[in-house]
Amino acid sequence: MSEARMALTLGPVLFHWPVKDFVDFYARVADEAPVDRVCLGTVVCSKRQPFRDEIILDTADRLQRGGKDVVYSTLALPTNKREIRAIGEMVEAGFQIEANDIATVHLLDGRPHVVGPFLNIYNEDTLALHRSLGATRVCLPPELPLASIRILATGDDAVEVFAFGRAPLALSARCYHARADGVSKDSCHFVCERDADGLNVLTTDGTPIFAVNGVQTLGFVVTAATREVADLKQAGVASLRLSPHSCDMVKVATVFRDLADAHITADEANDLLAVLSLPGPLSDGYLRGLPGARLLDEVD
Amino acid sequence: MTAARAWNGPELVCPAGTPAGLRTAVDAGAHSVYCGFRDETNARNFPGLNFDRAELREGVAYAHQKGVKVLVALNTFMRAGEVDIWKRGVDDAVEAGADALILADVALVAYARKAHPKQRLHLSVQAAAATPEAIAFYRDRFGVARVVLPRVLTVEEIARLTANAAPCETEVFVFGGLCVMAEGRCMLSSYATGKSPNMTGVCSPPSHVTYREEGDALIASVGGFTVERFERDEPAGYPTLCKGRFQANGAVSHLFEDPVSLNAVELLPRLVDIGVTAFKIEGRQRGRAYVAAVVRAFRRAIDSMAAGGKVDVEELRTLTEGQRDTTGAYKKAWR
Repeated sequence: MSEARMALTLGPVLFHWPVKDFVDFYARVADEAPVDRVCLGTVVCSKRQPFRDEIILDTADRLQRGGKDVVYSTLALPTNKREIRAIGEMVEAGFQIEANDIATVHLLDGRPHVVGPFLNIYNEDTLALHRSLGATRVCLPPELPLASIRILATGDDAVEVFAFGRAPLALSARCYHARADGVSKDSCHFVCERDADGLNVLTTDGTPIFAVNGVQTLGFVVTAATREVADLKQAGVASLRLSPHSCDMVKVATVFRDLADAHITADEANDLLAVLSLPGPLSDGYLRGLPGARLLDEVD
Repeated sequence: MTAARAWNGPELVCPAGTPAGLRTAVDAGAHSVYCGFRDETNARNFPGLNFDRAELREGVAYAHQKGVKVLVALNTFMRAGEVDIWKRGVDDAVEAGADALILADVALVAYARKAHPKQRLHLSVQAAAATPEAIAFYRDRFGVARVVLPRVLTVEEIARLTANAAPCETEVFVFGGLCVMAEGRCMLSSYATGKSPNMTGVCSPPSHVTYREEGDALIASVGGFTVERFERDEPAGYPTLCKGRFQANGAVSHLFEDPVSLNAVELLPRLVDIGVTAFKIEGRQRGRAYVAAVVRAFRRAIDSMAAGGKVDVEELRTLTEGQRDTTGAYKKAWR
């Protein structure tokens, strides 16, 4: 049984929030959220990057003054020279980097870094390999079941688990937000800014299934590893990742802090989360080895 | 031993879903065939497909006798606690005489390089190496000899990648199923069914597909989610999540991609010009008649180009799913 305190990481904002909302969000996180680490950076679409770059240094300062460790998360699907150059510049500038693509790991060339949930780390050998390349913390892919996480976390104190938020499912060269709006990616007019938690996608008979965020597709449901936190802690998981949504993330962080410290039960945590304005129902399907869409307590 | 390759033009890499399918592809004019073991180590882990150890040895013997290479795909991600299944697959494929292994999991690449220093290694499309830096990672650290490029790239990007990858070769998909998401990084299937390409080697698997009739229409569901509605007399393609019909912003559409398949035959001359080494045909799950027809047509196209002739674009149109095809992301307007 591990007695170590579980850390909390606030993942990068995956959505295209207006700059003002972005600034306000991080100001509040800096002052109030009980998280240890905050990931900044543009992960989904490089077209969004200029909006964020103008505020990123001030945001990082603000968070550091609030006692948070700040990490710069890189683009998950870089495809062109400009995007790679931007990542290279952040690496050279000495920022603490979260790699979301193998190209970034190559550019880091052994420097200490963090690995985000977009790299395929499914087993102990791959985890060890990334550790040997300089990874000091590794967020596992959201589809990994608890049984696998247990094996990876046992004997490695660098494992982070995606514990809250819509699970990122896929990336494409095509922008579905633009496609849904009948425009091309090159002339998208940033229609993605309308949907703070992604654009809901329903089946033709009205069942919600996915959420689209530019080139990214996420699950409709909101991952909540509340029932699994105690098991994850016991397995030696070092950190939980909370992925930002438009709901009260300070409250979400507080719930997970209290849960990780065993100050509240999973049922209490679920009750506290359920009253927030979440974009979808709570789910732990993936952790239980079931379809990712399965809700808490839903049987297969 | 590696089969001699007299041909210096582009290599036609063809699917071999079964031992009989391997012979079909070889006889139809494949320069190489690719196949996998009958388990979760490869990304076409469907019932009735793939090879056991003895079948692979026999398939390699048949192919080599005809001067055709055999590439063995072990392109899923190793399961925690059971990595030996994949490593044993690597050992057995090498022992069977595979000309190259097609791998996706970086730790399996590292294992294969260490355990079999001389074995030729290809990087699977499932590893999604989409930049010169990503390719350099696998080439420089593990001596990967060829990378299968993701289908999310434009021809211009493929040209740049191919130029930068040398001496590592590039291989691109030219025909068959089209992944619209970055391959090896897609969990749509596990979200709906619990089974994914990365973990179980399947996508929208038949075991989780159901059909029901609604008036004159046939409704197809994956993992209980309705994904397509076929009207009477409409050709009913296989329902995959990324090619389903969904609602967003109040409108119903094929939001991710229409039910089309990839056909890059018109781009072949351009792909040859930019130095792509190998053209890959998707479809290990396809029937032998289909494979024979597609392989023959592509071999004719390649031979015709080599002789300075033109490529017959129309011939392959009839073989595409629902008679509709696309050049996909290879042309930038797709995005």
